[in-house]
Amino acid sequence: MEYLSSFLVGGTLCLIGQLIIEKTKLTPARILVGYVIAGVVLSALGLYEHLLDIGASGASVPLTGFGHILAKATREAIDKDGLIGIFTGSLMGAAGGIESAVIFSWLAALVFKAKKK
Amino acid sequence: MRSEDYGKLVEEKTPNSPIVKDCFIAFVVGGAICCLGQGIKDIITMLFDLDKESAGTWTTIILVFLSALFTGIGWYDKLAKHAGAGTLVPVTGFANAMASPAIEFKKEGLVLGIGPKLFAVAGSVIVYGTVASFFYGIIYYVVTTFFL
Repeated sequence: MEYLSSFLVGGTLCLIGQLIIEKTKLTPARILVGYVIAGVVLSALGLYEHLLDIGASGASVPLTGFGHILAKATREAIDKDGLIGIFTGSLMGAAGGIESAVIFSWLAALVFKAKKK
Repeated sequence: MRSEDYGKLVEEKTPNSPIVKDCFIAFVVGGAICCLGQGIKDIITMLFDLDKESAGTWTTIILVFLSALFTGIGWYDKLAKHAGAGTLVPVTGFANAMASPAIEFKKEGLVLGIGPKLFAVAGSVIVYGTVASFFYGIIYYVVTTFFL
């Protein structure tokens, strides 16, 4: 069941992105930024946990899930350490994603040649 | 023909109906990538006895690895041409947005090419994600400290 709901929820989030691209001509970069901010906002409102319950990886894999992790880590850091958590939380939560993206993309750039377009 | 006229001509000739097809492909490809994520999560949870949070982080790391690899081979960008938001919105799209320009601008060198180009798009994502979390953090701190 988790696979079906992952497919449906993840697919729907992508479908919304595609609709935004078609209807507004927003560039992909703006879509990505918008999705992360949307994830932070939905998480702040307490809605993203519900989406994760329903959609499993369909909610965690899209970039809104990345926004949710930023917001969740901020919450947890403030609960644990107080005021300093405002500054330490979000990037701590995102560290795994960001660092792996830096490392693997950097390695890919070293190893692979640019394709002719 | 001036370039604006050409742009108009292209717009006239492009049919409007592909939007349904594009949305369908985005839905299927995006859903499939999320299913792949669920599969990775289930397998590593079973093999390594991970808690929910580290299983999630490992899943992201593996998806990012696969995305960087397939971006390097050139497959991810080929798929992205058809899948649109289906390959953009998942975290693999974030990794692709780092790897793709870094590979393309490799010839500019390690310091002026790969380094900054990694963050050409991802930089903005990280900046605005951090900024949004910061403001949320202030609100959360104020609310939990003074009102609860």
